[in-house]
Amino acid sequence: METKNIMIVGVGGQGSLLASKLLGKLLVNEGYDVKVSEVHGMSQRGGSVVTYVRYGDKVYSPIVDKGEADFIISFERLEAARYAPFLRPDGKIIVNSQEIDPMPVITGAMEYPHEALEHLQAKGVDIDCIDALTPALEAGSAKATNIVLMGRLSKYMDIAPEKWEEAIKQSVAPKFVEMNLRAFALGRK
Amino acid sequence: MKKLMLGNEAVARGFYEAGCKVVSSYPGTPSTEITEYAAKYDEIYCEWAPNEKVGLEVAFGASLAGARAAACMKHVGLNVAADPLFTLSYTGVNGGLVVCVADDPGMHSSQNEQDSRHYAIAAKLPMLEPSDSAEAKEFAKAAFELSEKFDTPVIFRTCTRIAHSQCAVEQQEPVSRELLSYEKNPKKYIMAPANAITKHPIVEERTKALTEYAESCPFNRVELAKDKSLGIITSGTSYQYVKEIYGDSVSVLKLGLVNPLPEKLIKDFAADHSRVVVIEELDPVIENHCKSLGLSVEGKNLFPICGEFSQSLVAKVMGKEDKAFTVSDDQIPVRPPVMCAGCPHRGLFYTLAKKKITVLGDIGCYTLGMAPPLAAIDSVLCMGASVSGTHGFNKARGAESEKKTVAVIGDSTFMHSGMTGLANIAYNGTNSTVIIVDNSITGMTGHQQNPTTGYNIKGDPATKIDLEALCHALGFNRVRVVDPYNLKETEKVVMEELSADEPSVIISRRPCALLKYVKHAPALTVNADKCRSCKACMKIGCPAISMKNGKAHIDATQCVGCDVCKQLCAFDAICGGEN
Repeated sequence: METKNIMIVGVGGQGSLLASKLLGKLLVNEGYDVKVSEVHGMSQRGGSVVTYVRYGDKVYSPIVDKGEADFIISFERLEAARYAPFLRPDGKIIVNSQEIDPMPVITGAMEYPHEALEHLQAKGVDIDCIDALTPALEAGSAKATNIVLMGRLSKYMDIAPEKWEEAIKQSVAPKFVEMNLRAFALGRK
Repeated sequence: MKKLMLGNEAVARGFYEAGCKVVSSYPGTPSTEITEYAAKYDEIYCEWAPNEKVGLEVAFGASLAGARAAACMKHVGLNVAADPLFTLSYTGVNGGLVVCVADDPGMHSSQNEQDSRHYAIAAKLPMLEPSDSAEAKEFAKAAFELSEKFDTPVIFRTCTRIAHSQCAVEQQEPVSRELLSYEKNPKKYIMAPANAITKHPIVEERTKALTEYAESCPFNRVELAKDKSLGIITSGTSYQYVKEIYGDSVSVLKLGLVNPLPEKLIKDFAADHSRVVVIEELDPVIENHCKSLGLSVEGKNLFPICGEFSQSLVAKVMGKEDKAFTVSDDQIPVRPPVMCAGCPHRGLFYTLAKKKITVLGDIGCYTLGMAPPLAAIDSVLCMGASVSGTHGFNKARGAESEKKTVAVIGDSTFMHSGMTGLANIAYNGTNSTVIIVDNSITGMTGHQQNPTTGYNIKGDPATKIDLEALCHALGFNRVRVVDPYNLKETEKVVMEELSADEPSVIISRRPCALLKYVKHAPALTVNADKCRSCKACMKIGCPAISMKNGKAHIDATQCVGCDVCKQLCAFDAICGGEN
């Protein structure tokens, strides 16, 4: 099979590493060759962060390039627009509706582009924008936003929900399993 | 059993399986997690050394004693460790000795883009370079064998994309290994001229033997395709981009032992193919070697020296079709890294910017004091340069400069390379002011302990170096401590010490707001009726504060109640907090 590409993007500190860990476990369990690439260090301090997950029969490059992503999961609206060029023409962006002002907006040097996603949709980009924070709070913590988004992603991927649940159990500490399973279920709704 | 592993975790696993006993390192992105993962194996003694030179010398001592040992660092760390490195090439080893160095093409987290392969060439040391986590483990393990077989330290080179990417790694049982015997051997281990003169020819012979070994070693391999019109010579992560684009359709010579490079293997490969392209990130090291063999290869005439490669870069340069994609027409603001909400460095940099003080900065989270709106830093060079640089700046510009120039250096960086600069100020006499921003941790690399924190790599209690006493001992009478959350006090102390007629150290002390033990005050709120929209609170560049509907707004999910913004509001519009 052709290598599939998923990108997880957001703001440093939002918890994209757990989402990539979960995807890694899931796809290894499914028997795929998997590569996951992260960026640590300076850019984690509130900067724009990106994680790549690639899977297939044989994966070479650890990174995803422009025009290659089957899915982009974004924790924040502006970051979805920033990484939109990485999407394949037939790919899909799943984005949490949260907005976090970057420093140029905070200092007043630039405006937050509130309509950027609508403009991309008008150009034919497939964007699924959801409020992942409210279901996460319902499940028990704002920190479960990432798992709500994974629940949403699971609707578009051909892997049974039980397999996802198994991977969640393998990825989080025992005391957080129930909360994350709830978040996953709410994301699938 | 196979497990998804970061490249760095795989290197640590390789150490474990090889029976490595001692690892001494200084943290540096993207190398840090090697030592953190190694510390999870009870069989390996691991430590954070004060700097990379100390780390490599500790590893040398362990090797001398008969153990397998390693030191890990980022590329610029190898500059610090270069002194022992070059002469270790002459002494050779007893137990296998591996020097791990992680390059950072693209400068994700670094101040330069140097290519560590030049060190292997200059120090005449073998260098291994894996292409993914699976190879990282195998190569790390094999590096110790190679080290002992050829009586040489081995440099193990990775880069950001190897260090911080995961793929499946086959785990094996560790080899059981006793310490090798230690016998006094002055001719081998005392590098005074009389002995060193006899060792240099041995190093040259070793390089010849290693070159011979490179012709058929398991780290270099040829993947032949039917089509002989194009052959690609590559290594490391570039190999993955080449395979991504070409699969098995072109011949590839993949080099894993990148110093010394083979001669016959390369010549034969070139002879087999009508066009040969060398694809390597950073400098044309393999390419120049090929050209020195008289081969007409292509390389940097096509590919950039600067920055990271990717599969699409390889495709584009090699004339393959571009992929289609859609770009946003909106202006997308950049999102650079920022000092966190509640970062203790913020209050200090606000004060320095407000008083228009010249700041020679250093390497760490506090380098972010350079960013607007604070824009408080004038220079950042390398670990420790703030302290020595300030002395030089003041020597050149004299007494006026001494009253408005400071060095700013973190606690870990001060232990790494700041102390010697401080001794120089005291000894050679400028009236300089050095500010140690002590956040009780090594912050930027992800919270590693250091000699001033009172804990070791395992989190166990350790001797805590007393910074005040240390600065006194280094010749400073004036050592003041301030809490950077208190703007008034911080400004008072900074101005007093700048105008004092002798050199001084100010310790700006407050633990990193991200440390688990740091208790946060409740988030502050803005009383919109009182807010006059003057934006005074925006001058500190806190990511939790923004303007919403013309009034200041504090994001409750980010604010830790540090109260710094509250001290800037002339209208009492910011409420709450306990500090």
